[in-house]
Amino acid sequence: MTEIPAPALRMRRRPALYTGLMQGLFPVLVVLMAIIGVWYLGAFFLNSTWAQDQAARAGQPLGFMDLVSATMTQDRPVLPAPHQVAAGLWDGIFGQKITSKRSLVWHGWITLAPTLLGFAIGSLAGILLAVGIVHSRVMDMSVMPWAIASQTVPIVALAPMVIVVLSSMGITGLIPKALISAWLSFFPVLVGMVKGLRAPDRMQLDLMHSWNAGEAQVFWRLRLPSAMPYLFASLKVAVAAALVGTIVGELPGGASAGLGARLLSGSYYGQTIQIWSALFMAATLAAGLVLLIGVIERITLRRMGLAR
Amino acid sequence: MSIITAQNVSLTFPTNDGPVHALKDVDLTIEKGDFVSFIGPSGCGKTTFLRTIAALETPTGGTLSVNGMPPDEARKARAYGYVFQAPGLYPWRTISGNISLPLEIMGFSRSDRAERVARVLEMVELSGFGGKFPWQLSGGMQQRASIARALSFDADILLMDEPFGALDEIVRDRLNAALLELWDRTGKTIGFVTHSIPEAVYLSTKIVVMSPRPGRITRVIESPLPRQRPLEIRDTPEFIEIAQQVREGLREGHSYD
Repeated sequence: MTEIPAPALRMRRRPALYTGLMQGLFPVLVVLMAIIGVWYLGAFFLNSTWAQDQAARAGQPLGFMDLVSATMTQDRPVLPAPHQVAAGLWDGIFGQKITSKRSLVWHGWITLAPTLLGFAIGSLAGILLAVGIVHSRVMDMSVMPWAIASQTVPIVALAPMVIVVLSSMGITGLIPKALISAWLSFFPVLVGMVKGLRAPDRMQLDLMHSWNAGEAQVFWRLRLPSAMPYLFASLKVAVAAALVGTIVGELPGGASAGLGARLLSGSYYGQTIQIWSALFMAATLAAGLVLLIGVIERITLRRMGLAR
Repeated sequence: MSIITAQNVSLTFPTNDGPVHALKDVDLTIEKGDFVSFIGPSGCGKTTFLRTIAALETPTGGTLSVNGMPPDEARKARAYGYVFQAPGLYPWRTISGNISLPLEIMGFSRSDRAERVARVLEMVELSGFGGKFPWQLSGGMQQRASIARALSFDADILLMDEPFGALDEIVRDRLNAALLELWDRTGKTIGFVTHSIPEAVYLSTKIVVMSPRPGRITRVIESPLPRQRPLEIRDTPEFIEIAQQVREGLREGHSYD
């Protein structure tokens, strides 16, 4: 057999750089363009009624191009056009001093801080409860139903009560919001960790038994490492839930700061661009948090030898 | 010197369809240095019997002693290493890390662990693979690593539950020869569950034929083959004669149905 020079082989297998990029980028761009297109269409139809009413009142019927431009430039459109939201976001993030009450960075931080605290509390509680449930049948039977019940209570109904009760005790600001966010984020971690800690099969537990390993050794050496992939999957769900919890916690009680308050005040005054900007800010924040956990996950699993 | 003795050992599981007799009146003596194979159709209790020796199951009747103790005490005294059909290596540990796992649990010192890991890796011809992760090794190599893990803490007894059942025949042949060599060198007592007649005859000094419903021993065949067994021994008349006896034993078991 003749030897094929290795570089030649490699060249043939690997697509040129720009082709590879295009292959990955193209579908993403198509979907993005489609979403923006649909959004523009929606903005046009939803905002045109008001534009036509205005024109009729003024006695100046609009041509098509005038109508299009009238639907894209309103101050309080039913549905703001993408570029209006983009401008709103740009202004909120870069156009204000970050200490300003109009800055989305400032509001974002007000929301992020209790989210992180709530996520930490919730994850820790979820992990500890899962450890208890896996090791104790009594806890499995007594705690699990309550954990499930806790998630069937609508958070919108629960949040005002938490805020009111805690503020009557003199606790306001970060802590109540963090608690609501912990309430939402402990559950996915609990479920994921129970599943993960129970992931080792019979044979692996038998092996441990044959070496006369204690419960603690089984936990640290077998159950916990086995649970890591489950933990990270549930942490991603939990961190997004934590953010939702904080935003819901900002709705009652007339909070004046945070993305939730921004959403609420926007809806009071019909500031749809403000609402959408705040929504996008929240979505970006959530995406960033999930991405961050993804990075930690990849590093951890690679160091454990679990990622190939 | 007998190392494992079973007298009238029975094990009954209660089920919704009434009790299931996984083992009934099993009598067996295993001498030190024996290589004992348990062979029979599925449900004959061969794995269950191995598990009772390992104290992974508790007999509901009869007496069983391992190293002169009840099986559970023998387990705590690290009397045996157990090898399952699947290697059961932890994917997050290297091969060395996996082999050192029972040593960590048993509290061996770091230097002792390193020395033992190196020694058993050499025994199963995996020196140089200690730093690899399990998925970087072939199935046969992974199973060798799991045997090394069972050998690492110097138990006198090695219990193997169809350890090569998931491997192809070529790899299996090689591992059988390597196992025999290892057994000869270390003088361990080996209990080996299989459902391959040639494997049982090739490896064993004593072949225990079992049959199901209830799980029991139908025949115990002492092998006259020498300890040194090249693979070619499988073509000799003696080998074929023993295989014939095993086959008859298996047939006898079935005639009870």
